[in-house]
Amino acid sequence: MDFAFFLIQLLNGLQYGLLLFLVASGLTLIFGIMGIINLAHGSFYMLGAYLAWSLASLTGSLAAAIALGIPLTVLFGMALEWLLVRRLYDRDHLFQVLLTYGLILVFEEIRSILWGDDMHGVPVPALLNASIPLTDNLSYPVYRLFISGVCLLLAYGLYLLIKKTRLGMMIRAGASNRDMVQSLGINIKFIYTLVFAVGVALAGFAGMINAPLSSVFPNMGGHVLIICFVVVVIGGIGSVKGAMAASLMIGLADTFGQVLVPEMAGMIVYLLMAVVLIWRPAGLFGRA
Amino acid sequence: MSELLLEASGLHSFYGISHILHGVDFSVARGECIGLMGRNGMGKTTLLKSMLGLVRPKQGSVKVRGRDVTQTEPHIIARAGIAYVPEGRGIFPNLTVRENLIMAARAGVDGRCEWDFDRVMATFPRLSERLANGGSQLSGGEQQMLTIGRALMTNPDLLILDEATEGLAPLIAKEIWNIIHGIRASGIATVIVDKNYAAVMALANRSVVLVKGRVVFSGSSNELSDNEELMHRFLGV
Repeated sequence: MDFAFFLIQLLNGLQYGLLLFLVASGLTLIFGIMGIINLAHGSFYMLGAYLAWSLASLTGSLAAAIALGIPLTVLFGMALEWLLVRRLYDRDHLFQVLLTYGLILVFEEIRSILWGDDMHGVPVPALLNASIPLTDNLSYPVYRLFISGVCLLLAYGLYLLIKKTRLGMMIRAGASNRDMVQSLGINIKFIYTLVFAVGVALAGFAGMINAPLSSVFPNMGGHVLIICFVVVVIGGIGSVKGAMAASLMIGLADTFGQVLVPEMAGMIVYLLMAVVLIWRPAGLFGRA
Repeated sequence: MSELLLEASGLHSFYGISHILHGVDFSVARGECIGLMGRNGMGKTTLLKSMLGLVRPKQGSVKVRGRDVTQTEPHIIARAGIAYVPEGRGIFPNLTVRENLIMAARAGVDGRCEWDFDRVMATFPRLSERLANGGSQLSGGEQQMLTIGRALMTNPDLLILDEATEGLAPLIAKEIWNIIHGIRASGIATVIVDKNYAAVMALANRSVVLVKGRVVFSGSSNELSDNEELMHRFLGV
């Protein structure tokens, strides 16, 4: 493997990992703070991709589609939390799994009714549709670099929000003692609605921005959901830092696995999970 | 009579299926200091939680400044100027000392900001040395100071202290009592639940005694402390 080829795989692995982080960070936040196992999280990724496709077809621009799509996913997330998810906080995980699994089926059906069952492509925006030549026959697409950069910025923004702002402190405090947060005059229910909506919007945005690379197809949320649960488990449930480390690990392991040991590619992330869990049963950054 | 900050009437509350409060009346006027007493399991904490919206009473009403809040969310009751220092302290162990304090900062009901981060630091100099520590790395006394300081950051008109000195070494407990004296002197109304009845009665102008979820005594603290028979019958001392 020469250097240019290695570099391409490295960048691909990082880009895939950063994209996974967008989806997994919402999943781990929603679990860590509200205690909700959200099986429908992959559907938000799918929703984002379909919104990107249909809005880009309407407006003729992916950027416009994303600008319209983000507020739509935020509103969708708030409505969903307000209507359904908040009824689950005081209930057993079994109820959460039942409701959110049911939501996957409902969302797939709605997707089929609204958008049909065909596969669709979304063109890469013209401005970013270029490649950086690395050798005579190898080059790297600018759009993938762009995705990585945007994901890094968002990850940094999320870090600042959670670690540095008062809202972030309230969110973290809510994870440890909900009643006490309320007794300080803080509307924890509204904060939960916000956290859920942010999680939905992050997953939706990942689907939107990745639509030109992955294309848009039925059940596309399923695979992402499973990999994101692997990320959450490896990183430590509830840890955003852990989700970042685990996303990058999985992104790189999956990408290099497909190149170096293609016959084992499907297993490699699960092997990685098994090894991490034997070494650290609560995940990399989890509290035992 | 000055304005009533908090007024509960005829409260019946349950814990699971156990009937804990049997028609309790309780009120706190502006600037008043009330000792809420009774042996373990008599319903003191349930009464406090019922007034704070953390336990929903099955019957009866709770008013804050004359407004009915019986079915109101706890955060709205807190925003009406009522701060709570719960039994077992309730610090956020996953936040630093500084974060525990600044996340709670808020102006009082009339917009006044007498208590801010600097004043809490001046009142609890020990905490200023531990600002970057996680809440769980503090000693019991420091945790209690943090919880009281955090409650003050909301600029309350009424501070409710549930077992604030429980499990603390005598010297530290004395420090906490001094701080409570200072808070009372600043004009904030207080409700104090504590095993140290003598200290409570020395501070409170009124004492209320609960036995099995009923108010059996409500009157001046002197009247109670001077009456050995009542003290023995209700409190076992």
